[in-house]
Amino acid sequence: MTDMLSTSQAAIDRTKLVRSGLKRRHMSEAVFKALGLTAIILALGFVALLFVDIVRKGAPAFTQSNMHLSVIYDPTIINVEPAPVRAEGQSDADFRADSLVWQRKVALLNWNKVIEASLRAAAPAGNEIESRALLTIVETDARHVVREAFVENPSLLGQTVKVDLLASANADNWIKGNIDRSLGDAQQQLSAPARALIDTFVENGIISTGFAWSIFTNVDSRAAPASAGLLGAFVGTLWMMLIVIVLAVPIGVAAAVYLEEFAPKSKFTDFIEVNINNLAAVPSIVFGLLGAAVFINYLHLPISAPIVGGLVLTLMTLPTIIIATRGALLGVSPSLRQAALGMGASRTQMVFHHVLPVTFPSILTATILGVAHALGETAPLLLIGMKAFVAQVPATPLHQATALPVQIYLWQGNENRNFFEPRTAAAIMVLLGVMIMLNGVAIYLRSRLERRA
Amino acid sequence: MDVVAGKMTQTSADPSVNAAAMADRRVRLTAREVTVHYGAKQALFGVSIDIPDRAVTSFIGPSGCGKSTFLRCINRMNDTIEGAKVGGTIKLDDLDIYDPHLDVVELRARIGMVFQKPNPFPKSIYENVAYGPKIHGLARSKADLDLIVESSLRKAGLFNEVKDRLNEPGTGLSGGQQQRLCIARAIAVGPEVILMDEPCSALDPIATAIIEELIDELRENYTIVIVTHSMQQAARVSQKTAFFHLGKLIEEGNTSDIFTNPMHKQTQDYITGRIG
Repeated sequence: MTDMLSTSQAAIDRTKLVRSGLKRRHMSEAVFKALGLTAIILALGFVALLFVDIVRKGAPAFTQSNMHLSVIYDPTIINVEPAPVRAEGQSDADFRADSLVWQRKVALLNWNKVIEASLRAAAPAGNEIESRALLTIVETDARHVVREAFVENPSLLGQTVKVDLLASANADNWIKGNIDRSLGDAQQQLSAPARALIDTFVENGIISTGFAWSIFTNVDSRAAPASAGLLGAFVGTLWMMLIVIVLAVPIGVAAAVYLEEFAPKSKFTDFIEVNINNLAAVPSIVFGLLGAAVFINYLHLPISAPIVGGLVLTLMTLPTIIIATRGALLGVSPSLRQAALGMGASRTQMVFHHVLPVTFPSILTATILGVAHALGETAPLLLIGMKAFVAQVPATPLHQATALPVQIYLWQGNENRNFFEPRTAAAIMVLLGVMIMLNGVAIYLRSRLERRA
Repeated sequence: MDVVAGKMTQTSADPSVNAAAMADRRVRLTAREVTVHYGAKQALFGVSIDIPDRAVTSFIGPSGCGKSTFLRCINRMNDTIEGAKVGGTIKLDDLDIYDPHLDVVELRARIGMVFQKPNPFPKSIYENVAYGPKIHGLARSKADLDLIVESSLRKAGLFNEVKDRLNEPGTGLSGGQQQRLCIARAIAVGPEVILMDEPCSALDPIATAIIEELIDELRENYTIVIVTHSMQQAARVSQKTAFFHLGKLIEEGNTSDIFTNPMHKQTQDYITGRIG
């Protein structure tokens, strides 16, 4: 009887003890949860801040000021004989030579005068403005646009046609308000009459804003900054991405498979494994030095070519892919390997028919993430010569090129800050967009493959 | 369940049938003084046994007694374990299995294995069964392959259940069906010996009964060695039984003799449940 009472008393005491500690335990759990939540909010907050800031700065750059000018193809200025017509029996080469001679003569004409005359005609009557000031309204590539339209269609001579031209960078700044309107003449880039004329054109609808396709369809330009675009950098980056995928994936996967499945375990293989893990942490600029020393100096590959950039980025991505593949291989269940070996599969057959297919989702994800990471690397590219201004689309990986992050770096250094800061932010948005898209593709493909398996 | 068990005991435990049958059968596998070391630890101490042709031999014994280790020696699966060293001789007919010039891949085409946990490949049912014949070059055309797959599935008693879904993944079948798929996969290569390492331990009683019936049918054409931790299963299914304990082969002989009249005390203790 006493035993029963004492045991139930002991039970009551124990419960009291537990209860007294409960409050403290729940408190510490609540504090930990609050800390975790704060950390997440802070992190997300900073990311959101970054995105909002970039989008706010870059969104205006996605519109450009277009001028719809009635261009007068005045025969007195365009003083040239008619375009050559192909004679009977004339060979291709001869006709081409004749055309080129004519085109050169056309190029030597003063097309700026054509533009100037057209602008004066479009300006309100009684407007007195100097020729040079007039030409600052429209971008310097206007004369090329007008001339090329004529070369395409020589029958334009004597006609007046509406042509779409780009307003100059400074005009664009003035129209969008990127430059403070209250600043005095000394700080303005355009003269007062030019600024007044621009405002008039905007009121008349001769200048209007539209989507800035030029960012995506044009190459970089220093002479005509309003037409500077990302096309060259984009194609350069695409070439390098292609080279990284084609080289890094087979080499990385093969190396990981060999190290994990076939190499005998020894001090040497351990040494290799440690070094691969360390390579993943090496600063990227060191790979740039390696690229410059080996690929350019020793192998004499062309400077600033996507092939060199691609090779350097491949070296950078290899450790990531090797480590991810090894991890995936280790995760394959031993019963699958045993089943394959028990069937009489050789070691190679076991690895390639059974183990590797199971690891495809992981390898794919690691590849895409590695490539996305390599896309944004600037330091190694600068060291292999990609810091030069390149105004062409690289036709092959051996041509001179530039890359998206380098293009951002170059634009950031341009003197026309008012024009190029929004443009740089826009370029950053394009780069981020490409990376988000790559990550999205990785997630989608991975979920598809995992569902099938 | 009892009905099934009763049916099994009738065929195997009939003493007159078994004694005569075992004496007539030729020996398929001979093992002499087989020892296995895992690193410094010795797991098998000089095991010698003859495995009869076209019969079911079962290895019984408590956990960790070395029966699975010995089974794995027969098709050299211990080669895949780091630090495992095998001594002694095992011969398949007159072929020395541990001959350094012997191709292990060829050996495993003649000696198949079914594992404890069903492990079909993550491929379709058809691909699972067709894999072996494909890699060993046993089928000359797709029609040949189709024939082999169908006959193997029929022999494993699975064809009628899966004939409409041969392209579905093998991992989508139930546990018992998966194990029958693994048996079909092993049969498809046309082995002479089938090793089974506790094939029913992960299955429910009904699936177990189906597989035991299957084993009984298979023994007409294949030599079967089965490791089991269930003495009732050994009594139902096998004609010859070997009792292992702590890495040594204690006793072996006709199943009926072992279970009704064991010669060693340890065997008697294990069978009556006093050890293991």
